[in-house]
Amino acid sequence: MKALLGAAALFAAALLGRPTGVNDAAITAEGWPAHLSDYAFFTDLKARAPAPRLVRYTLETPLFSDYAEKERYLYLPEGSRAKYDPDKPLDLPVGAALIKTFGYRTNGVFKPLETRVLLHRATGWTPIPYVWNAEGTDADVRRAGTRIPVTFADPSGEPHSISYAVPNQNQCKDCHGLAGQVVPIGIKARYLNHGGQLEQLLAAGMLDRLPADAPRVARWDDTAAPLDQRARAWLEINCAHCHNPQGAASNSGLFLDLGRADPEQRGLFKRPTAAGRGAGTRDFDIVPGDPEASILLYRMQSTDPGIAMPELGRATVHKEGVALVRQWIESMPKSPPAR
Amino acid sequence: MLRLCAFAAMLAATPALAKDIIVEAGPNAQERLQSALLDARPGDTVRIGAGRFELTDGLSLDVNGVTVRGAGQLRTVLSFKGQLGAGEGLLVTSDDVVLRDFAVEDSKGDGIKSKGADRIVYKNIRVEWTGGPKATNGAYGVYPVESGDVLIDGVTVMGASDAGIYVGQSNRIIVRNSVAKYNVAGIEIENSGFAEVTNNLATHNTGGILVFDLPALPNRGAGWITVSGNRVIDNDTPNFAPPGNIVATVPTGTGVLVMAENDVTVTANDLSGNGTANIMVVAYRKPFEDKGYDPYPRNIRLSGNKHGRAGFAPAMPGGALLAKMLGGTLPPVFWDGTGGDQVHLTGDDGPVLTLALALGAPLDTAKPQLIKLDNPIPPPWQTFKLPASMEAAAK
Repeated sequence: MKALLGAAALFAAALLGRPTGVNDAAITAEGWPAHLSDYAFFTDLKARAPAPRLVRYTLETPLFSDYAEKERYLYLPEGSRAKYDPDKPLDLPVGAALIKTFGYRTNGVFKPLETRVLLHRATGWTPIPYVWNAEGTDADVRRAGTRIPVTFADPSGEPHSISYAVPNQNQCKDCHGLAGQVVPIGIKARYLNHGGQLEQLLAAGMLDRLPADAPRVARWDDTAAPLDQRARAWLEINCAHCHNPQGAASNSGLFLDLGRADPEQRGLFKRPTAAGRGAGTRDFDIVPGDPEASILLYRMQSTDPGIAMPELGRATVHKEGVALVRQWIESMPKSPPAR
Repeated sequence: MLRLCAFAAMLAATPALAKDIIVEAGPNAQERLQSALLDARPGDTVRIGAGRFELTDGLSLDVNGVTVRGAGQLRTVLSFKGQLGAGEGLLVTSDDVVLRDFAVEDSKGDGIKSKGADRIVYKNIRVEWTGGPKATNGAYGVYPVESGDVLIDGVTVMGASDAGIYVGQSNRIIVRNSVAKYNVAGIEIENSGFAEVTNNLATHNTGGILVFDLPALPNRGAGWITVSGNRVIDNDTPNFAPPGNIVATVPTGTGVLVMAENDVTVTANDLSGNGTANIMVVAYRKPFEDKGYDPYPRNIRLSGNKHGRAGFAPAMPGGALLAKMLGGTLPPVFWDGTGGDQVHLTGDDGPVLTLALALGAPLDTAKPQLIKLDNPIPPPWQTFKLPASMEAAAK
């Protein structure tokens, strides 16, 4: 099998005339390559050693995914670069790919579970989920998603045994959908602007420009940063991909994007729209000064699929995120509901 | 080499003729059914065989022009009893989809949601929470939202902890020949425009048929809703909605409830056994900040309805006292009177109990009186038709 894989890779590389690079055709052609190895994103899959043009990055405040660790890479085809945008995701050319591997660490060893690729094709961004084999040597396409039993300890040492959900392709689109198009979420200047990441992209010729005043979100767990900025960054990266006027939760009227000014749209004394039992016994999304009366916190603390928010990819409670949002709501001045 | 051949074949693939993708009951139903929904191309039919499909996650469809067809709403059952994730049983986000002849049972959240799914047809679908009415049941049975052209025909919903058939923030809607029972709200049309709710049975809900316009939603409905030829009977299930939701305020024993909506006609319905009232017309009473929101119902016409027994167990605050004042029961039609003449409540139904309440005023300020409605010539009706393709799909 391994020999066959090697032969296929060589043959593909020969076709493309680029012996050691990523398989650009796998990114841009329509279809669903059967294995992660088909892309040649990694020179050694078992070690997950990236190909030379892959750039690893982190987000200052990331999406919570059941305490999974994530390895994120950006791939830009030879001779292309990303275009800076102060607000929207970096504008990446057709042929670009985002590669995100999810897994858990046991006794210091990272075991990959799934790798989600987001491929920029001429027809738009295409999400494809891959699930790793038991040996950790490759991952197989799994368009319909799956569930994997997982046991791990969270940062506080508390053990968890969960049914980890690999999303199906439509569920990828639920979060990545914006006005009917699939778009990247995390690869925005404000989430990348730390640790010299944007400067390095610029220096490598992979970013067209970098203004001195590029925005930066607060790190959600940086207690030196203002509480309001930390909580709103956490809410944006965890909620706003749906909760914005063009997202999957557009009909809710609750919008948690960072720039949002209208207090009611941000949830303050906002009544639920179609929350059903997700509202519990509560009247408003956020009651300033009263976290326990706030629907938002109630849904963050539930793992019941009919109540829990976000709806996808969360079988555990993000205790630290809940503590942050609770502290944030508590800190808001109490005021009576507006007339 | 094999793989390369497959890859080349994939590249060369051209759109094929419409085909059937068949999924039978059996192990690994989740991935097989979801794969079929992903593989379908426009024009295809995903045929789901008879039997029970035990599912662990929400299913979703995002391909235009696909028909999902079972072997009957009693024979093909998608059971979400073991659901571990996702906010609904089936989510549709594409246009020109036809869902017919299958059932969704015991989803943790909503049964079937379609969002931004234009020209959707729900035909002979059953959504049921099999443990009877419970606050822990999912919110909505069938739930089209932010869509244009919606047809719900021959659908049955039982046990929804909010609304059985709920159409929100949509335009051009027909709900017909359907059954809603043991839900909090049987059928609800909310913040929508141009709807016909006709020839349905709404029974043993808390409230039978609700027509609402609410503040602070992204879309405000244009109104023009007709509720006609329905049987709205014995809506007597105690309200089991979780508090905090708007339907939690619906009094048990409500037949048809019109709240803050404009241009609504309620006509030729058969209404009886609704202990609070057969028809209620009310303003939105809660505080709101939404500028431009109109809390009053306007241009409401109640005519030619057949009123059986009603008002014998009024469950709204102060209802029992009111009934005592009026000799034991309330009349079949109740109007909070909020907005006065500007509401323009007309028709030949009655008598009507009105409370002449000011907007948001406490109930102890009510000035109950019985009135007879004026019956002027009705306003010209804003008619609409669904595309012929939708009617053909629902044959």
